[in-house]
Amino acid sequence: MNLKNPSPRDIALVKTLLFALCLLPLGWLVAGFCADVLRINPFGLPDEVLGANPVETVIRDLGDWALRFLLITLTVTPLRKLTGMHWLVRLRRMLGLFAFFYALLHFNIYLGLDQSYDWSEIAKDIFKRPFITIGMLTFVLLIPLAATSNQAALRAIGGKAWMRLHQLVYPLSVCAVLHYWWMVKLDTTQPAIYAGVLSILLMVRVRDYWRRLRQRY
Amino acid sequence: MLIKCPDDIIPSEITSQDLYLRRRDFIKTGVGLFGMAGLGATGLLASSPALAAPKPTPPFSTARKSAFSTADESLTSYQDVSRYNNYYEFGTSKADPSRYADALQTRPWTVTIDGMVKQAKTLSIDDVLKAAPLEERIYRMRCVEGWSMVIPWIGLPLAALLKQVEPLGSAKYVEFYTAVQPDNMPGVRRRVLDWPYIEGLRIDEAMHPLTIMAVGLYGEALPNQNGAPMRLVVPWKYGFKGAKSIVRIRFTDKEPRTSWMKAGPTEYGFYSNVNPEVDHPRWSQAKERRIGDVLKRPTLMFNGYADQVASLYSGMNLKINF
Repeated sequence: MNLKNPSPRDIALVKTLLFALCLLPLGWLVAGFCADVLRINPFGLPDEVLGANPVETVIRDLGDWALRFLLITLTVTPLRKLTGMHWLVRLRRMLGLFAFFYALLHFNIYLGLDQSYDWSEIAKDIFKRPFITIGMLTFVLLIPLAATSNQAALRAIGGKAWMRLHQLVYPLSVCAVLHYWWMVKLDTTQPAIYAGVLSILLMVRVRDYWRRLRQRY
Repeated sequence: MLIKCPDDIIPSEITSQDLYLRRRDFIKTGVGLFGMAGLGATGLLASSPALAAPKPTPPFSTARKSAFSTADESLTSYQDVSRYNNYYEFGTSKADPSRYADALQTRPWTVTIDGMVKQAKTLSIDDVLKAAPLEERIYRMRCVEGWSMVIPWIGLPLAALLKQVEPLGSAKYVEFYTAVQPDNMPGVRRRVLDWPYIEGLRIDEAMHPLTIMAVGLYGEALPNQNGAPMRLVVPWKYGFKGAKSIVRIRFTDKEPRTSWMKAGPTEYGFYSNVNPEVDHPRWSQAKERRIGDVLKRPTLMFNGYADQVASLYSGMNLKINF
């Protein structure tokens, strides 16, 4: 396989593998939930594989993965420029959609297993708790990006407007990290790591933006 | 306030060791049936039998039952009680304490009772075990994070311990200090909290019959990760009020500034009574997830101990005195 210029077949293969890889975290959580909570354990997973509070583990892990996929998606462009492997951009949509997919599951399991679909409680939560508010905002901002991720939508909106719309990914990533930061009881090490990674990814964009400006004038 | 507690229990009332050892089989069966019956509600129980409690040993296994125990609640499994812990001296994740607490040195152990007392006293752990007959106290434990357990503690009324000294009339509060063993506690290398961990109670709270110094659980000595060799249990307050591995108890006339108050003055107050109507600034306290359940259940006022303790706070605004 030519890394700089892979054949269409190679790219298809990479995409298939990546797709399967992206589903692994979900597979793990589903298997763990079945073993721990539903007591269905065909794979013989160790007891309490998701810990004493499996529902919380599922909600938090899904959130972690949504954030990770978001950051991985934002890594594609810098990585492409750094390595010259421009075909990587063709993986970006899938990665972004996986970020949305995990966020969707994260959100729904919060609604169902954390709040028992108690809508008045959920509404209170959204308005009263800054970390829920900003988490909700992150999810809402993800929706138009996921909805317009296909070619038809790109053509309908037009390249420039589409680009501008999808720049929402930057503020919403900041919101995602804040959502995590404000949720943590005391030890902010984990969200600080995500904040650090996101800062680097955003600074790369700022640098590139300045370079483009300077070239223009 | 009238609190009745049988002075002694007749021998025929005491569960035999054999039955005691098998009691969780009974609970498991019960849990299983309940789980099948109530799949929709709080059912889908995942009470796990895998990690059994160590073999009960005297004096813990022979602790007498107590009328103060919470009835009609199924116990949280020993595995969950001993593996899902907050003990930040060993790290901030729930799994850290059971992973690292083996290193804690619990013998020899002394606790010093000093401050505003006529004569300070230092007691060994054996003195503590003999200060009063050990009792089994089954209590709900509600963590400020929104989860809860039901734990069969073994312990003695804190009052029995405090009566070993004579506090001055001016003393109003009791302050508790957790051990700091930097070589054995990987968590204290980072200053996430102000070590040593400090907690406090008003004297009337400390003397309340529900307040105990726990020295064991499930008929065995306290596992290190649960605060061996002795830890405070105040069942109507959030779990963090229960200082672990206590080395010092100090009488004082000033409201103690606890480690959590220092870490988050707007989030953690001195009283920290379980109260579904007073939310943590960042999350609701109206519900809790009982470990083993899938869905949350409503949190009870004073964690269900309102009948016994509400009078301690009559006339107080609990929103201000959170």
